[in-house]
Amino acid sequence: MAFTAFSSQAVVEQAPRKRSFVALVLLVPGILYLLLFFLAPLISLVITSFQQPVLDGDIGEYTTGFQWQNYTDAVGEYLPLILRAFGFALIATVLALVISYPIAYFIGVKARRWPLLQSLMLTLVIAPFFISFLLRTLAWKQIMSDEGPIVVFLKSIAVLPSDGHLTGTTFSVIFGLTYNFIPFMTLPLYATLERLDLRYIEAGADLYASPWTTFRKVTIPLTMPGIVSGTLLTFIPAAGDYINASRDFLGSSSTAMVGNAIEANFLVLQNYPIAAALSIVLMAVILIIVGVYVRRAGTEDLI
Amino acid sequence: MASLSTASFAEKGADLELVGITKRFPGVTAIESLDLTIPAGSFFALLGPSGCGKTTTLRLVAGLEEATAGRILIGGKDVTSTKPFQRPVNTVFQSYALFPHMTILENVAFGLRRRKIGDPVAKAHEALRLVELDHLASRRPAQLSGGQQQRVALARAIVNRPALLLLDEPLGALDLKLRRQMQLELKTIQTEVGLTFLHVTHDQEEAMTMADTVAVMNKGRIEQMGAPEELYELPRTAFVANFLGQSNLFTGPVTSSTADAITVDVGGVPIVVPRTRAKRHAGEIAIGVRPEKVTLLTSAPAPQAGRNVLGPGRVTDVSFSGVSTQYLVMVPGIGELVVFAQNMVFGPVVHVGAEVWVSWNADHGFGLDDEPGDLPRFAPDASTESIAIQRRVALEEELEQA
Repeated sequence: MAFTAFSSQAVVEQAPRKRSFVALVLLVPGILYLLLFFLAPLISLVITSFQQPVLDGDIGEYTTGFQWQNYTDAVGEYLPLILRAFGFALIATVLALVISYPIAYFIGVKARRWPLLQSLMLTLVIAPFFISFLLRTLAWKQIMSDEGPIVVFLKSIAVLPSDGHLTGTTFSVIFGLTYNFIPFMTLPLYATLERLDLRYIEAGADLYASPWTTFRKVTIPLTMPGIVSGTLLTFIPAAGDYINASRDFLGSSSTAMVGNAIEANFLVLQNYPIAAALSIVLMAVILIIVGVYVRRAGTEDLI
Repeated sequence: MASLSTASFAEKGADLELVGITKRFPGVTAIESLDLTIPAGSFFALLGPSGCGKTTTLRLVAGLEEATAGRILIGGKDVTSTKPFQRPVNTVFQSYALFPHMTILENVAFGLRRRKIGDPVAKAHEALRLVELDHLASRRPAQLSGGQQQRVALARAIVNRPALLLLDEPLGALDLKLRRQMQLELKTIQTEVGLTFLHVTHDQEEAMTMADTVAVMNKGRIEQMGAPEELYELPRTAFVANFLGQSNLFTGPVTSSTADAITVDVGGVPIVVPRTRAKRHAGEIAIGVRPEKVTLLTSAPAPQAGRNVLGPGRVTDVSFSGVSTQYLVMVPGIGELVVFAQNMVFGPVVHVGAEVWVSWNADHGFGLDDEPGDLPRFAPDASTESIAIQRRVALEEELEQA
């Protein structure tokens, strides 16, 4: 009827087709940078991962080859560490999300009317960055040490057995990972929550959705871009992290992650091919996980 | 009451009753002790300029704002302290607020799913067919034009068959032709379904063509309420007289009064107003007449009972608008009058500078209820320039939103 006359067909967007010399010139530094500092090291890493030891050579002396067994050796030997790395990273990411979402929601939505409070709270989120990440992690080691107040208290109320520890446990490593990556989770969440149009929330309430249902059906899907970028910014570096799980910080040999294995092979054992193979395995697994995740999260319409 | 539970469709519209509603925001009083009753099944329009409190009233009814004082009753049931999702009302938002992450169909089915009403998809399709958008059910809101989004917003609200449907300037973004169509469509839906509609708008024409009852709101209070014709023909306040169309207003003391009529001295000229059409009958009062009721004469008319005559005056401005021509006539000692004359011949009948008399049937005058003191002697700003500017602004807005 008359209404159909107004229904527009999908408008084909015309992309600018003009070739511009200036644009190409402007792209050159970026492309050069990527070639030099990303592509070249990546190729070098792949080549290293296939190297074989020099017969009768020194320790750490390798020659170019195609020793694909490096990969099976690496995975065979370090599979528990790889699995542990992804397990820890996953738990830390979920914990960081659960902790950061309310913080970001408060700063980005509830505090909208008070811009000063907003910036103050954002500063508080970023403030830990002013102190070295190593120092902060060491400080946690002190706080959670056997003589520290937390352990003493937990022992006194018999939550922790008298010979128990906090440092060097799974708990302390996941705690350290979560703590260190909370700002990386909070900031992207804040960025999307700050732009969240509250009229959608009102519409949800108007259409008989309780606050909890509105949160699940409206708020979460609309803030998916922030959730995706926050979890990626947390999960990817957490999976490769070797500081928190290191024996010098919050971990022990029983909590070692794949990052610790790479570090040990590169710096201590000087087994460069295995370290390179582990790095590539780590990268490949992260790429697959992230690819599947971004696809499943279905944020194409929102980004 | 079964019809009020949000778990089922409303059988019919429900009454809405506001009792002593006051809403204060920090530093501003948006609504001052408002009493309002809207009978079930009626199409009620709240009309007023921006910032008059009409949207706040709507949000209070929807539960999106909390009243500072007073009670809200829907179908006789006090809902003042209930949350928006517990109220049997739905809103068509001015901004549509369609969920961008859902398809059109899911948007429309959202309310049905929340209330666990059987077969939400089929009912959503049915509602979309009503607004003739069923063929776009699988699209996202961003892929639709403004007018289409508006119709989806309407479908999303009416599919729930709420006892009370709230419309917040829902046709604002449509071009004139589509707006007329939607006005008719809304009216049809309202009659078919028998819901109670509360429509908030600043467009007096829209309010008058669609609503059974119009309430004109100003500064958080209802100035006057009634059928559109009644409001237009018998405005009670200077605000209503000038917001709903234009008026020529005069003030003066009542000099004599009979059983049928009162006579007001306006700058030395006696003007007769029917007693029943005037609210005040003694002292200093304000009276008026609509511009289209006034006739323009090129020679002094013979005195005639039942007609008021002012003049001679000079035509200061003539603006031709197709159907009619608007003349501005300056009458010394009285002020400027607006006269609308239908174009029965080709072009204007008099030109700027001509000497004219104006006259109108005494039965067409009206007397206001206002204190004449707080009313400027001649309020209407009807110079052609300001009208032209207003028209241009309105057109530009329409173009922008289209």
